[in-house]
Amino acid sequence: MSSMNREETEALIQEVLQVYPEKAQKDRAKHLAVNDSSVEQSKKCITSNRKSLPGVMTVRGCAYAGSKGVVWGPIKDMVHISHGPVGCGQYSRAGRRNYYVGVTGVNTFGTMNFTSDFQEKDIVFGGDKKLAKLLDEVEALFPLNKGTTVQSECPIGLIGDDIEAVSKKKGKEINKPIVPVRCEGFRGVSQSLGHHIANDAVRDWMLGNRDGDTSFQATPYDVAIIGDYNIGGDAWSSRILLEEMGLRVVAQWSGDGTVAEIELTPKVKLNLLHCYRSMNYISRHMEEKYGIPWMEYNFFGPTKIAESLRKIAAFFDDTIKENAEKVIEKYRAEYDAVIAKYKPRLQGKRVMLYVGGLRPRHVIGAYEDLGMEVVGSGYEFAHNDDYDRTMKEMGDATLLFDDVTGFELEEFVKKIKPDLIGSGIKEKYIFQKMGIPFRQMHSWDYSGPYHGYDGFAIFARDIDMTVNNPCWNKMKAPWVKESAAPALSKAA
Amino acid sequence: MALRQCAIYGKGGIGKSTTTQNLVAALAEAGKKVMIVGCDPKADSTRLILHSKAQNSVMELAAEAGSVEDLELEDVLSVGYSGIKCVESGGPEPGVGCAGRGVITAINFLEEEGAYTEDLDFVFYDVLGDVVCGGFAMPIRENKAQEIYIVCSGEMMAMYAANNISKGIVKYANSGGVRLAGLICNSRNTDREDELIEALASRLGTQMIHFIPRANAVQHAEIRRMTVIEYDPTHKQADEYRALAQKIINNKKFVIPTPISMDELEELLMEFGIMEAEDTSIIGKTAAELAAEAIAA
Repeated sequence: MSSMNREETEALIQEVLQVYPEKAQKDRAKHLAVNDSSVEQSKKCITSNRKSLPGVMTVRGCAYAGSKGVVWGPIKDMVHISHGPVGCGQYSRAGRRNYYVGVTGVNTFGTMNFTSDFQEKDIVFGGDKKLAKLLDEVEALFPLNKGTTVQSECPIGLIGDDIEAVSKKKGKEINKPIVPVRCEGFRGVSQSLGHHIANDAVRDWMLGNRDGDTSFQATPYDVAIIGDYNIGGDAWSSRILLEEMGLRVVAQWSGDGTVAEIELTPKVKLNLLHCYRSMNYISRHMEEKYGIPWMEYNFFGPTKIAESLRKIAAFFDDTIKENAEKVIEKYRAEYDAVIAKYKPRLQGKRVMLYVGGLRPRHVIGAYEDLGMEVVGSGYEFAHNDDYDRTMKEMGDATLLFDDVTGFELEEFVKKIKPDLIGSGIKEKYIFQKMGIPFRQMHSWDYSGPYHGYDGFAIFARDIDMTVNNPCWNKMKAPWVKESAAPALSKAA
Repeated sequence: MALRQCAIYGKGGIGKSTTTQNLVAALAEAGKKVMIVGCDPKADSTRLILHSKAQNSVMELAAEAGSVEDLELEDVLSVGYSGIKCVESGGPEPGVGCAGRGVITAINFLEEEGAYTEDLDFVFYDVLGDVVCGGFAMPIRENKAQEIYIVCSGEMMAMYAANNISKGIVKYANSGGVRLAGLICNSRNTDREDELIEALASRLGTQMIHFIPRANAVQHAEIRRMTVIEYDPTHKQADEYRALAQKIINNKKFVIPTPISMDELEELLMEFGIMEAEDTSIIGKTAAELAAEAIAA
């Protein structure tokens, strides 16, 4: 089936909106759009970062998820305390596959759950004393920790505990950074505000810690990787390319990152920003305060990688520029072979994406390198600057959906009949049961890395084994006659 | 007689705890079985009955034991003058934690542990002055207090508070059975105080159930951590509390209040000379502007 034209896509949106009551219809209509890549400002056609409607089955997370789960959690040599009742920390523990090197429980703490385990009495009498005790215990039991963050769960904001005062006092006593983070889950409309709050906490409590320290031996080639959470090893397969170019990666934010790396970042020459949504705030701050320029790059698929390597090299001297070309050449045989192997098997396949704040646009190039087309894309928690960037990447008349509801996504899929859906764990089994190949694109479905040339080979393999998996031919029961319409089109 | 649950509200410092304890003592003297539940982190709702500074509160003991589940009813329930049962919910120091949650937890604990025994005639909830959050409305939610008494005086702020509390009652009255049962005027010796509170009561659709005159005997008793009923049963002030007790025993006037608007309340206050008519010509004028106007005139 060929792609839909503008009128057909518009008609599909209208059809799906029909079932809503008038008020919900009016609201949801603003979040659904037909892409027009000539439009510069997405605000003319799509609304984002608004409160979800009750009852629509949004898959969004909360501010705590954005701070503890995304931004702070991967910093491996810190202890991140889920401050409040036990559930928030336990149910989000180690789910994001932020790989790191270290001995867990000794010098790294990434997959552990630390919580103040609030009880009724802590709500009534306040949890400050308990927090102080907990910080002492952390220091006694895990002396190799390099700092602690206090990630506020909802009740902390409700009862007004003064975690800043406790953190300040204990930080002085222990002489390590202790960072209070006001990321109570009820704040904001999605995890996005949690990213912002976490960025601000880095800025206010850690970033300037070595401002007067001149012991760091800087080089003209120092860069930081910002907004790479090392999911399945993404940051590692990115880092080697930068290093082969002759750059020195001083810090990884925050996948496999450390306190020292965060504190040294103000000394770099350039900040390389992968996930714009979650870390543009700190990049802008470093630009203002330290004059460090930042640029967005994209390490998904050889086309975007080559483009990005050249863009990064343009900030440096000719040696680096030549090195960038050498890196692109060095891997050419490898990625050409990947494309030669998989493109014929994936050519013309159509993909729909519904992910978080970066991937709905950043992975498009990698699919295109494999001959595939992204026909629909949407974000859980993007803002309009994300859609500005997305509209240029997407084909004309493709479908855009913001904070899509369970109903809408299912209906779109029934009509568009994509060959692959890339989304999260909450969507996975619904679409697999509908007979549609699916990949979990938050944690790479227990695979990865997908960044860099190494990652591209794994990405191509994973997409092929999903789309061309023989199981999809077995969806029809053997006793159903050949003439019977396939289940999917009946549903549509 | 079925258990009657009553809550006492009113502006902070108006004398709720003192009035409640004297009233409860009078009820007990009249042969009624009564329990007081203090719903204020200060935990001073039972000291005149128990002759103690402040009894061990539910939340305090729960914090020591680990959780409320670790407590037994007899740990928190004390019996004082004339068999009156006393419980304090307790709560945090000012500025920390959540006192409202403490009230909720404590009342749930009492219910689960069967503190509301069949032989009781009355339960009185003595609630912190300002109903600042849902926790302090706990006593008037469903299946708890059905009768609300508001302690007030002829002072402006006390009447504002009474009107605001009535607004809160309306909210819960519509979904449950809670009703306003009357205003108790705890006199501050202001002019025409009884008439003023009678007038306010009628505007609110209720009654002034009793006018308690000011008497030093109350303070004399309080210094000794006693009620007047116990300290000096022959004093005429004791009779005032006995009269209030009888009126409450016989009270049948339970209404959904009709709170009045700010303007109406101010009119009432002006009528009684508590408040001057507002001079709207001076609003937003600086001293310099007013001086200039005075010269021009």
